[in-house]
Amino acid sequence: MAKVKVKKQSTWIDMTAMSDVTVLLLTFFMLTSTFIQNEPVTVTTPSSVSDKKIPETNLLTILVDSNGKLFMSLDNQNDMAATLRAVGEDYGLSFTPAQVATFQRQVMFGVPILSMGSFLDLPSDKQDDYLKNLESPRVGIPAGDTEVSDNIGVIARDNEFKRWISHAKAQNKDLQIAIKADQQTNYPMVKKVMEDLRDLRENRYLLITSLKNSSD
Amino acid sequence: MAEVQSNDHGEGGKNKQKKQILRVDFTPMVDMNMLLITFFMLCTTLLTPSTLPINMPSKDKVEEGQENKVRESTAITILLGADDEIYYYEGMPADDGSSYTDPEFLKPTTYGIGGIRDFLIGKNRVAYEEIRQLAVQRDNLEITEAEFTEKMRAVQDRVLKEDKVAPTILIKPTDLSTYRNMVDILDEMTIANIAAYAILDIADGDRRLLYERTKNLEYLSEQERAELAGA
Repeated sequence: MAKVKVKKQSTWIDMTAMSDVTVLLLTFFMLTSTFIQNEPVTVTTPSSVSDKKIPETNLLTILVDSNGKLFMSLDNQNDMAATLRAVGEDYGLSFTPAQVATFQRQVMFGVPILSMGSFLDLPSDKQDDYLKNLESPRVGIPAGDTEVSDNIGVIARDNEFKRWISHAKAQNKDLQIAIKADQQTNYPMVKKVMEDLRDLRENRYLLITSLKNSSD
Repeated sequence: MAEVQSNDHGEGGKNKQKKQILRVDFTPMVDMNMLLITFFMLCTTLLTPSTLPINMPSKDKVEEGQENKVRESTAITILLGADDEIYYYEGMPADDGSSYTDPEFLKPTTYGIGGIRDFLIGKNRVAYEEIRQLAVQRDNLEITEAEFTEKMRAVQDRVLKEDKVAPTILIKPTDLSTYRNMVDILDEMTIANIAAYAILDIADGDRRLLYERTKNLEYLSEQERAELAGA
């Protein structure tokens, strides 16, 4: 009987090429991506056919959630610090360097200026919890024209939103304003924001949308 | 690549070295990379959101009464109602109030194709066709993007100021409409290449029109509701 000689085969697979590909993909994702910003409220922007890209610098974003709460973000941290000090001065408030540093780390801010100091003193996980409590009247930038108070004390004296905008604009002349609102936001809330901007003679701004095809 | 063969040809040497094949197993490396890729894919947004530039009329101009210059013959008013409803009328409501009861005056329509878009394109036919041809030229790389924008502006200007056939759209969102409705209607303006449009506050007469049509009390102000209840 002839013995069939089975050749012993190695099952070794060379993973080098595979590794090359994955490293390439990894590099691609690391370079092209921007991290999802941790925003206090999640908004679903409406879609539009406009394909103009959002400017990357000198941007002031106004976030309007579906209940009309306002939040703001500035992309330049130096502007943020200067704006905070300027708005604080309007109300006779000053902030310690530590508080300003905490403020600069905020992705989005939206706390009445009178509560800002105590908010910035909170540890960062408590700050997130604070902003999550959207029912609270002390969350969101006050945009009412009259004094608001509850049984704890005065929340806001006047329209702080306008002050934030005008001081931010004073710090940086090239600042572009973008409104990011939830698609289910009632029109009067957006109208209020646009009216306030109109009062400040800010008549050109951007609405942040997501892209859609014109046939949809 | 990963194999480094170290063949020692020192046969004549005293220490005869064993032939060694150095192979590195890359499987854990690939595993780790895949994990990182998954992390980056999930935690990032690839698409930067797009933006819709908007120019609102400044307050000073409105106070000077410039908005009244709209030609009545080409004016179209679009009313954004509750529950994604949309209505439009052409011209201005009659002074004697007969428009309120005229069922033909305020016309209901829908967003998008088959509704307001077809109507607007029909009204803006001249400019729409010309700009569409320009867009084809741009897509065939016959003209550049800058030339396209320039020519598009020229066409829009011509039909508006010389030919006087382009419609002027007055968009009036009610308090019951949503932000999405506003963005949707601004989109329709872009699609139909409407040159002249403005977002305006809703007038009392427009609210009355909507109320007469839908019998929805929400459109009226509290004062008007009280008057109605008293009557």
